[in-house]
Amino acid sequence: MAARVAHVELRGFGWRHAGRAAWAVRGVDLRIERGERVLLLGPSGAGKSTLLAALAGLLAEDSGEQEGTVTAVPGGVGIVFQDPETQLVMARAGDDVAFGLENRGVPFEEIWPTVDAALAAVGFTYPRDHPTSALSGGEQQRLALAGALATRPSLLLLDEPTANLDPHGAALVRSAIGRVLADRDTTLVLVEHRVAEALGLVDRVVVLGDGGVVADGAPDAVFAEHGAALAEQGVWVPGHPVTPRRAGSPAGPELLRGEGLWFRHPGIDRFALTDVDCLVRAAEALAVVGPNGSGKSTLALLLGGLLVPTRGAVMPTVDLAAGLTRPPHRWRAAALASRIGSVFQDPEHQFVSTRVVDELALGPRRVGRTAGETASIVDDLLARLRLSHLAHANPYTLSGGEQRRLSVATALATAPRVLILDEPTFGQDRRTWIELVDLLAKLRDDGCGVVAVTHDSDFVQALADRTLWMIGASNE
Amino acid sequence: MSSVATLMRRSDAPLARRNPVAKLAAGLVFTFAVLATLDPLTPALAIVIVLAAVPLFGVGYRELARRAAPVLLGATGVIVSLLFFAAERTGAVLFTLGPFAVTTGMVYTALGLSLRLFAVALPAILIFTTTDPTDLADALIQNVKAPPRFAIGALAALRLVPLLGAQWRLLTLARRARGVDAGANPIAALRNFASATFALLVGAIRRGTRLAMAMDARGFDSSEPRTSARRQRFGPADLALVVASIALSAALLATTVALGTFDPLLA
Repeated sequence: MAARVAHVELRGFGWRHAGRAAWAVRGVDLRIERGERVLLLGPSGAGKSTLLAALAGLLAEDSGEQEGTVTAVPGGVGIVFQDPETQLVMARAGDDVAFGLENRGVPFEEIWPTVDAALAAVGFTYPRDHPTSALSGGEQQRLALAGALATRPSLLLLDEPTANLDPHGAALVRSAIGRVLADRDTTLVLVEHRVAEALGLVDRVVVLGDGGVVADGAPDAVFAEHGAALAEQGVWVPGHPVTPRRAGSPAGPELLRGEGLWFRHPGIDRFALTDVDCLVRAAEALAVVGPNGSGKSTLALLLGGLLVPTRGAVMPTVDLAAGLTRPPHRWRAAALASRIGSVFQDPEHQFVSTRVVDELALGPRRVGRTAGETASIVDDLLARLRLSHLAHANPYTLSGGEQRRLSVATALATAPRVLILDEPTFGQDRRTWIELVDLLAKLRDDGCGVVAVTHDSDFVQALADRTLWMIGASNE
Repeated sequence: MSSVATLMRRSDAPLARRNPVAKLAAGLVFTFAVLATLDPLTPALAIVIVLAAVPLFGVGYRELARRAAPVLLGATGVIVSLLFFAAERTGAVLFTLGPFAVTTGMVYTALGLSLRLFAVALPAILIFTTTDPTDLADALIQNVKAPPRFAIGALAALRLVPLLGAQWRLLTLARRARGVDAGANPIAALRNFASATFALLVGAIRRGTRLAMAMDARGFDSSEPRTSARRQRFGPADLALVVASIALSAALLATTVALGTFDPLLA
């Protein structure tokens, strides 16, 4: 075989973050040739992001302990992370792309032509001085991609670049990635939970597991041989669909209704929500879908009694209000939590205690349960949501999936009749995803009204009995 | 939640488009002159000079008044605290407010302090409303050789600041959703505030770490010498601004000395 230059080579690679007992990743032997397009898979916690950081040279010597070797890449590395908000550096789009060029000492005369070419390559249509804060998530990710590409890296690393985006934004980013990779010269390593969407971009699949690389090869071969096992571990594998959990019985009576809802944030001219009607029924799962910026999250906060509508009203039925006559946004917090529960997109926003058990006990105590009742509610939830072994851990130290399960559990602890969730499946692996769907389906079957704001079409397919489509009122 | 575009408009007004470092230097010189003396006349004259220069910055008086409103609050605070807590009640008693005697000495001090507050704040407001943060960072690096690590780092951190407001709103809503509110209990309110502040800080540190990693990944603060995509020039007009500020400051102090009101801070 002709001696091609190995672009990337890891031998016996392992990394342990400073202060941790367990290795984030260990025993990885991997060789990636120039121009290969690799999809890196593995269950949550397999060390995919750590491996990517190692390839990008971002693991500082003093931040942990390394085993084995990583062969440096001649020609530089570009990396795009998941969160658009924290990878754009400059206030103007063109300046942001120029940032990497400046850092590498590219002469002034070459900077702007290179910036323009990179912006054109990712299909960015705004002028250079367009404010980065005014871009949608998908546009910001394409800008980040342009910034990573501008320095013409020979290795492009993408760490779940579309995870934060709505389907439309994600598709645009994927097509931009496909376009910039058309040259067959750039090596790609992509980490992506949602395999089906990524398959068009890659020609090789590498699966990380305990003890290093557990599968490696062409996508079809890897999925044929390891598909079932991977799906079991939480990887989203094509051809392993999840069973839908639609309601067995028709929806129950109305619990909550939003009528002619408008909302405008104080001090901002445009409305985040214009004239939306919404009905929440018992024993029904309602999915609220629509592009970023269409006001889905705002609707969730309004229905949840957390924001005051600028116009219109949120009206609980007498049954749900259980003695309260004012609108939900005027209820005391404890009264609200025992009637309408809200689960935020970022679980960390909702944590107020330093231990998982205290976090779960807080709601029941607030709504006046006795110590005995509270203890039994907490034990039940810990067991149902597989959190028992973490009972005394600090919520901030949990993994993404554990945090999500805890945040749902805290809302359930006060037994609300209506549960409103904002992007509950966001960033979750297949295993947590299925657990969430099962849990919400059971709540619904027990007579709860479930409202989920989501981008996740699989989730809508699996759970929703009714779908509310939001169209952006005044966004880009 | 999409945010609103809040980019500094780059104004073409003669003083607004001066090099940010020149504006900063001119402002500093002027501020030192104002702070050098305790009499009310110097800051009063300084305010007149600043107000006369406002059109050259392309800023409307109405906008200036809006941005200076918090200063008015500060000045009121100065006057009120002097009224209640002033140790020296020198001079003739003008009138009494209950147990508090208001004297000419106090009026002189209060007037001096309030005017100084405005004389310092107004130029600062003018400079910062007309200076794009990116331009300032560029000028600091290119014209006074500030370390990019500091200037660009601060610029990037500045971009995360508006996110804190949105985060805070979400945190307080999320706490209400958890059944946590203080009602009329001030202790509970304080505890909730502390816990939300902690969550805000944790989030801010996480975002800061991610941003720092993204900047590292793009070669920031590497050993290679950095180039700049935007040129900031320090030209004759910029020099003229600094010289004019020095001249005006000197003239200001000379006037008060000549009129005999000069009352040096460090006497």
